Amino acid sequence: MSAEKNENASWIDKRFPLTETWKAHLAEYYAPKNLNFWSFFGSLAILTLVIQIVTGIWLAMNYKPDAALAFASVEYIMRDVDWGWLIRYMHSTGASMFFIVIYLHMFRALLWGSYRKPRELLWILGVVIYLAMMATAFFGYLLPWGQMSYWGAQVIVNLFAAVPVVGDDLSVWVRGDYVISDVTLNRFFAFHFLLPFVLAALVFIHIVALHHVGSNNPDGIEIKDGPKGNRWSDKAPADGIPFHPYYTVKDFMGVVVFLALFSWIMFYAPTMGGIFLEAPNFQPANPMLTPPHIAPVWYFTPYYAMLRAVPPLWGSQFPGVVVMFGAILIFFVLPWLDRSPVKSIRYKGPIFKVALAIFAVSFVVLAWLGMQPASDLSTLLSQIFTVLYFAFFLLMPIYSSLDKTKPVPERVTA
Amino acid sequence: MRKLIIAALLLLSPTVLLANTGGPALQSSNIDLHDQASLQRGAKYFVNYCMGCHSLQYMRYNRLAKDLGIDEVTLRENLLFGDAKPGDLMENAMRADDQLKWFGVVVPDLTLVTRWRSPDWVYTYLKSFYVDSTRPYGVNNLMFPLVAMPHGLSNLQGVQEPVFDHHQAGATPVVVGVKLVKEGLLSPKEYDNMVRDITAFLTYAGEPIQLERQRLGVYVLLFLGFLFILAYLMKKEFWKDIH
Repeated sequence: MSAEKNENASWIDKRFPLTETWKAHLAEYYAPKNLNFWSFFGSLAILTLVIQIVTGIWLAMNYKPDAALAFASVEYIMRDVDWGWLIRYMHSTGASMFFIVIYLHMFRALLWGSYRKPRELLWILGVVIYLAMMATAFFGYLLPWGQMSYWGAQVIVNLFAAVPVVGDDLSVWVRGDYVISDVTLNRFFAFHFLLPFVLAALVFIHIVALHHVGSNNPDGIEIKDGPKGNRWSDKAPADGIPFHPYYTVKDFMGVVVFLALFSWIMFYAPTMGGIFLEAPNFQPANPMLTPPHIAPVWYFTPYYAMLRAVPPLWGSQFPGVVVMFGAILIFFVLPWLDRSPVKSIRYKGPIFKVALAIFAVSFVVLAWLGMQPASDLSTLLSQIFTVLYFAFFLLMPIYSSLDKTKPVPERVTA
Repeated sequence: MRKLIIAALLLLSPTVLLANTGGPALQSSNIDLHDQASLQRGAKYFVNYCMGCHSLQYMRYNRLAKDLGIDEVTLRENLLFGDAKPGDLMENAMRADDQLKWFGVVVPDLTLVTRWRSPDWVYTYLKSFYVDSTRPYGVNNLMFPLVAMPHGLSNLQGVQEPVFDHHQAGATPVVVGVKLVKEGLLSPKEYDNMVRDITAFLTYAGEPIQLERQRLGVYVLLFLGFLFILAYLMKKEFWKDIH
């Protein structure tokens, strides 16, 4: 039996590097042995992407990308399609869970300094994935064709109209019409279907880059630079252990906890109190009736708060649009802003710790502010936290070089 | 085009979004979706009193019958009118053109009303009509000022008059509440129960699967809890030699 299997394997291996790939990326990929809670989110992100793609394809089997039919087809899925409600709630819950996982995954990178040399490209690829994910979510949110779908898309596409000179034409080009319409819905559906596969390809490249430079760890130490030789190989890093089975069994544990949380939301709080599925979206889109309060879904609200925080200049909202996109694009240059001699927060000094805490708080507060109807107070708060958000990045070259760091040990700690 | 941009920019500006808070307090509907008799009564009231104007266009009669334990004979005799068949969606015959002519608005479909409002809102709304001679149908509603809808249950509830807030002298009085001045065919308690049944039924209709998903969730979570124990033990076993 075993000999037969090996024979099959070698037949394939002569034609496709199956065993080699398995070894290079799983059985003989050596990850630092001290990975902790924060490293669960990479595998969870892949899991969530798979959940979204699979449930998305099944939803597409019954969904109608047509302004006259879209809303009803979602209710048809919820009521008449066998297990349609479960697939739909998986997809809607999965969208929010994907962002939660990615935000924690990105925060992990900030904690461990995973954006630093030699992982700059790995980080940049991650930011590209984040952008593609936001585009996917934005296109997808129009599809249920509810009031919030419609008016949220209306507001966001109108942002393009704020671009000087070409703005008007640009927004018409994006919509394919003068307002959000059936034409817009059709193209958004096409992009929403396509982008997840682009995402999957980007994730593949992200992992290729990761496995080339090696995984970071809570100490921010390069295990490849340390002593060689472990129980499995003389050439492997001494502090590395094979990804499979060690991290596959560990990540599986994380997966089960994640699925429990996911299921709890899906079965007991699918709207999450109106945060994952907004109440106005249970009303079909009505171009003649603007809802009293328009807010994007929670994962976009930090940027929405920033958009609203910036006062118009010469009657143009363009500065706000620039700030909003700037808040995302600034992640690209992060690897070159950090001048600290150490990577991980464990060995960084108090200034960085405080700065990171302020940044995290700012992000959460901005997310909350972006959900609220604007008031003078909320605008002022948004302005303050927008400044703090950018200060984390823009002042980093200064404070990270001033900061008093701790000595980094030679080997990873437990 | 320019108008749209201005509208969008206005939406983004702080001033327009201010007015979204306050409003009269909601009363707790205290519905019980496990009370099948209440849901059945709610279905009966809805079909008899509401459905002339309001459709449930995403709900099928036979799904309702199955979920609420109504047999087909009862369904056909009591809930199906005209040439409606058990597998039909609960639509009605009123045309949108006529609705506009008669009410000035298109009558909203109510399948999802408890999801975009809330059960408590629907319950409070149905109890908040008051006489207002300035309105075309003689009634207004505390929860929905200038509502176009006539009070379809007024012969059951009776007549309610507005209660004004007289705090500021000279200011236009504001309606802050309603009081029953003439009882209808039902006592206030009976009317509350009727409205509660309607609310319960509409809450069911908003998401027919909700009780089933809550029932299934227990098994899924129990399974995952058990799986976690195995996953934890497996991880511990594999990792015992890593130091």
